Amino acid sequence: MKQLFLLAILLGFSASTIKAELRVLTCEPEWKSLVEELAGDKVNASSATTGKQDPHRIQARPSLIAKARRADLLICTGADLEAGWLPLLIRKSGNADIQPYAKGYFMATDHVLLMEKPEVLDRSQGDIHAAGNPHVHLDPRRILEIAKALAEKLQALDIDNSTYYQERYQDFELRWNKAIEHWQQKAATLKNKNIITYHRSWIYFQDWLQLNLISTIEAKPGIPPSSGQLAKLIKQSSATEVEVIFHAAYSHAKSAEWLASKTNIPLVTLPYTVGGLDNVNDLFSMFDTSINLLLEATNK
Amino acid sequence: MRHYVYILCLAFVVQIPTTMQAAEQQEIEQIKTELLLLKKQYQEKLELLEKRIQQAEKQVKKAQISAQRAENVARTAAAPKQTTAPTSNSDNSFNPAFSVIFSGVYAAYDEDPEEYRIPGMQLGGESGLAAEGFSVEHTELVMSANIDDKFYAKLTYALASEGSEVITELEEAFMETTSLDDGMKVKLGRFYSDVGYLNSKHGHSWDFVDQPLVYRGMIGGNYSDDGVQFSWLAPTDLYTLVGAELMRGDSFPAGGINDDEFGVQTAYLKLGGDWGTDHSWLAGISFWRGDLEARMGGHAHGEESHEEVVHMDDEHAHGAAADSAVFSGDSDMTILELVYKWAPNGNPTDVNLQLQMEYFQRDEDGLVWLEETDPLEMTRYKTDQSGYYLQGVYQFMPQWRVGLRYDRLDIDTIMDGLAGVDEEVLEESGLEPEGNPDRWSLMLDWSNSEYSRFRVQYNRDNSFGITDNQWYFQYIMSMGAHGAHTF
Repeated sequence: MKQLFLLAILLGFSASTIKAELRVLTCEPEWKSLVEELAGDKVNASSATTGKQDPHRIQARPSLIAKARRADLLICTGADLEAGWLPLLIRKSGNADIQPYAKGYFMATDHVLLMEKPEVLDRSQGDIHAAGNPHVHLDPRRILEIAKALAEKLQALDIDNSTYYQERYQDFELRWNKAIEHWQQKAATLKNKNIITYHRSWIYFQDWLQLNLISTIEAKPGIPPSSGQLAKLIKQSSATEVEVIFHAAYSHAKSAEWLASKTNIPLVTLPYTVGGLDNVNDLFSMFDTSINLLLEATNK
Repeated sequence: MRHYVYILCLAFVVQIPTTMQAAEQQEIEQIKTELLLLKKQYQEKLELLEKRIQQAEKQVKKAQISAQRAENVARTAAAPKQTTAPTSNSDNSFNPAFSVIFSGVYAAYDEDPEEYRIPGMQLGGESGLAAEGFSVEHTELVMSANIDDKFYAKLTYALASEGSEVITELEEAFMETTSLDDGMKVKLGRFYSDVGYLNSKHGHSWDFVDQPLVYRGMIGGNYSDDGVQFSWLAPTDLYTLVGAELMRGDSFPAGGINDDEFGVQTAYLKLGGDWGTDHSWLAGISFWRGDLEARMGGHAHGEESHEEVVHMDDEHAHGAAADSAVFSGDSDMTILELVYKWAPNGNPTDVNLQLQMEYFQRDEDGLVWLEETDPLEMTRYKTDQSGYYLQGVYQFMPQWRVGLRYDRLDIDTIMDGLAGVDEEVLEESGLEPEGNPDRWSLMLDWSNSEYSRFRVQYNRDNSFGITDNQWYFQYIMSMGAHGAHTF
């Protein structure tokens, strides 16, 4: 016991004396990618979830608590997306810096307008989020707003490198705006196309590219579809010309596959976030790949 | 419009007669002019209406444009200027987070559940079986929130019924620090001790209807008491948590401690981490020691009648006497916990597996006497008890899980050959071990969402020498704040 305790203290000291860079823990990989764009090698960032995990569902695992314990900055989506595990993670971390609204606490959805804020809060409507739909990272315009707020956060946290963060943000803004323009041009043909998605994860993406969401495979958020719901979807998709069905790499694919095979509508697995598909390593390639995959599917 | 058509038709009918008199002709002219007038009036009205519609449409468009503008402005505005309320990851948008958890069980047994016992162990706390037939179990009310920037507090309050009476139970009421930093935390109040893996878990988050036999026999469900907890999380990538608790020692498996001291002390060390993305684990060792003064047995719910039947006849007395036995002395318990979880890509949504085991070892040394005996029947009591459970729960498709558990206890109590040991008194207290209690459990549950669950379970229970087939059907519903996904 005692030896272990001493060992732990020693490890603790050696870890806390080397503090050249900001330790960042993000809840989702898109924010890890964003903070790396904005801070380069001034941060040591890790993400609590990977692109293949459902951010609603994971548990406050010991490894995550250990990471939260040492984080200087916590970047998450917020808006109750991580309601099942983040409050617990923060509480168990024993880290004053990342407590709600402390200096190292950053929720992306605090800095943009949210869509789909429910008028009635009732769980009969499924696992809805009181603040609105939290999947904001699929709108590049909102990413830019979040980036701006995050750059300010970084400047406040690490004053020594303040100009560095400012420059990096300006550089990112330039590249990002160019990319947005490029994506919008490329995706122009997708405008007004009818789509079906698994979960309401893409509403910001749809809104940006003006896609037309016919229905979601889940009748209600967080509740897998029943056979009745699937039958209804078949009817619906034969009545309206649905061009493509898409779902996140992490979601339950079987019902989407079944629906696609019954209706002959192309099914596309989109990355949803960084790391969702193998070749998606950053925010730029996330949008590149998503648009390319949709164009491919609709051109057939 | 309808009037207009109506009048037109009327006019047409009026025009039909072939023999036209001059007077009638005049009348017709009059009607014609009236009709024209009406026509004109209606046209004017229609035009007015059309204009209004156009105006309304214009206004809507204006509103849309201004809304779009407002949105654009809001989007481009710097974050601090934003007017919408900040959203966060608090348990709920309300303060405090509030939830109610409903649970009910239907139970069927071969043997009479009132006769349930583990020979060689003094049962207490909530170690009784669920009542036969259908009954509502604990209904839990949970409230929690950050008090301010430095403290957090949580209340768990349970409602249960005992016969026709409703009883309430303060399961947890504690405050804890959030800002001591460097991984330090202090918790004060009444709380579930963090020894072992399952002890700190409330009934609604168990994977089976009932607790493992080690918890039933040695802890009486959950050990909850008043006290203080210190813990420290090491700043390492390997999850390393050390903690210690000083507890009042009033509730089972402690009991009747002197008022001016902490009768129970605990200490624990927990380690955990991940292997790749698919595997995660937790291992821990906990120590619990108590200096007990007059620990009473007896089940907390629905078991009162036992004390009255103690001396009715031999068989009954044997089953129930443990309730009237009182223990004073030292109790030392060591708990090992091991938990392993697997999910493909670390995503438990579709399929996942959880394996866990806990091993308990307990030494008790002291005196046991029987209440209300004259002269007082008393004996030395020295026992070495151990036990474990192994369980696996597998989610084979979304919403569906199946689980298997094996329980076993080994009780070694000195029945003779030690000064002060009175075999007869031990027998009468129900503290004479009988073989090795064990149990197999199989469960299947279905969860519509994160908030609702139905479960069926079968136990093949060998706690007291007779094989009892136990069947359960249970529902658990939670409303309000989002439950925490604890590991």
